[in-house]
Amino acid sequence: MTDDKTTTTPVSGKVVPQQRKDRTPAAGSAEPAIKVVKEWQEVWHRFAANKLALVGLVLVVGLLLTAVFAPLIAPHDPLKQDLMNTLKPPSGEHLFGTDILGRDQLSRVIYGSRIAVIVGVVSIVLTLLIGVVLGAIAGYYGRFYDTLTMRVADVFFAFPLLIGAIIIITVTGRGVWPVVLSLAIFGWATVARLLRSSVLSAREMDYVHAARALGAGHARVILRHILPNSIAPVVIYGTFNVGTAVVAEASLSYLGVGVSPEVPEWGNMLAAGRGFIGVYDYMWTLPSLAVVLTSLGFIFVGDGVRDALDPKLR
Amino acid sequence: MGRYLLRRLGQMIVVLLGATLILFACLFVIPGDPVGSLAGSERSRDPAVVEQLHKRYGLDKPLIVQYGTYVNKLVHGDMGEDYTQRRPVAEILGPKLVNTSKLAIAAIVFDAVIGAGVGALAALKRYSLWDTVVTLITTILVGFPTFVIGMLMLNLFAVQLKWVPVIGDPSDPVQVVLPAITLAIIDAALVARLMRGTMLEVLRADYVKTAIAKGVPRRQVLLKHVMRNSVIPVVTYIGISFGSLLGGAIITETIFNWDGIGMAMSTAIQQQNNPIVVGVATWGVAIFVLLNLVVDLLYAMLDPRIRLS
Repeated sequence: MTDDKTTTTPVSGKVVPQQRKDRTPAAGSAEPAIKVVKEWQEVWHRFAANKLALVGLVLVVGLLLTAVFAPLIAPHDPLKQDLMNTLKPPSGEHLFGTDILGRDQLSRVIYGSRIAVIVGVVSIVLTLLIGVVLGAIAGYYGRFYDTLTMRVADVFFAFPLLIGAIIIITVTGRGVWPVVLSLAIFGWATVARLLRSSVLSAREMDYVHAARALGAGHARVILRHILPNSIAPVVIYGTFNVGTAVVAEASLSYLGVGVSPEVPEWGNMLAAGRGFIGVYDYMWTLPSLAVVLTSLGFIFVGDGVRDALDPKLR
Repeated sequence: MGRYLLRRLGQMIVVLLGATLILFACLFVIPGDPVGSLAGSERSRDPAVVEQLHKRYGLDKPLIVQYGTYVNKLVHGDMGEDYTQRRPVAEILGPKLVNTSKLAIAAIVFDAVIGAGVGALAALKRYSLWDTVVTLITTILVGFPTFVIGMLMLNLFAVQLKWVPVIGDPSDPVQVVLPAITLAIIDAALVARLMRGTMLEVLRADYVKTAIAKGVPRRQVLLKHVMRNSVIPVVTYIGISFGSLLGGAIITETIFNWDGIGMAMSTAIQQQNNPIVVGVATWGVAIFVLLNLVVDLLYAMLDPRIRLS
């Protein structure tokens, strides 16, 4: 959908001879182990053929490294207030100026990546977990389970995400985990729908009937035969939506219902900078850039993952 | 068709009941007394007055009774009375809904005209400079959160160029433009990409080649064969998007101080003004589900191959 030019024949043409080269020497040795490696190699080749996906990967890895090494990169303590130096414009000491309490803007953006990574990754993992379990049950067992799960999913699907999240957070109080929880509560329905429909088609495949005929139990059939063959759309959804989760978290903090205001976090910084538009623009430009690059990074990677896992979906 | 409609409407009611029940359960467990502050500050409160207030709003009853009363009133078109102004919720939300609708309609028109138009032109002139620029801009735009777009817009048009005031006035038709574009621009980028993708597919289809081969004028091929078929996914997307826009755009309304139901929601949450919270959320869910149904019906109308059952 993005750029048809990135996967034209010359690129995929390069992939094929390489595979053949691999195959000849490997033919004699242990077959199954090598086959797995090659499958992943193929996936990686398809991913790497999408240049935008590589850009996205660089952005995402950059974000992860920033989050892990924040104490080493940040020039100042993100929480340290300096009331003699509030709202200072960018200088050699503070590359992106200081905020209303004299805290270093750059350091706060760097530390903000930690909240982004935690919320983005954990909320998506939780969303996928709930969605996959319920979607698999609905799709595999059908009938009553299907109707019940899908009608409940309808309810959560119809809820506007932000409004739902705000209500959950009002109950639990502000903080990182309430945000993660509320995003998962209003996100799982889409995953359950996706997985259910791919389980429905996988369920009737010959290999599933064969596994059952050979005496495999329900759990084994679901875990070993159905899930591996129906999980691709969910994985693609997950990669795309890490960025969406980061944006949703920043939106909640921007509205004053996300993480607490003293925490260095992008949405908080943007909310603080909102009153200074046109006066101290450096207060909101850097955190804006951080949110945009993070969101774009995961979208581009998601694009690449889609091309790699399911070329038919393009 | 009749049975399909009936079943869908039935599902809608189930979804609505489920959503409002979840809402009630959540609001019920929120710590603090939502009406206590009406009886004065925490120390000077007269317990008798508080009790009377609880009775007035039915807060002395168990959750399930409160919920039953709400549903019963809702069926009769009564959304209850709010805590701070003690006026009917429908009366308070009505004018705000008008403001939100102005924003939503303007945004959808922008999506449909600019988004679909830009995407169609890109598909017709594939690999041209225009196509490249559109692909580039739409690819980057989808990564922009609404609040960043809003702040960029405010900075450019309200602060730097001074074309519009910083605080939006919903009664001035010119001022709807900025928040509407903010609300619409990401969707417009998605619509443009969707339109371009579908149209490229349709342009390759056999029936288009047949039409050209049998000598149908190009204009007519484009309008009758290409456009009609490419517009179907776009209609679906825009319809569903309209459903969520009408439910209130909290972020955009907050940035532009737009007095719509999104703003009403965020104030009501802070004040624990539960009847307004429930009212806005119920409306949001209802309009979303309703527009989903409308979209499915439209889909069947635009694509005769689809049978509703």
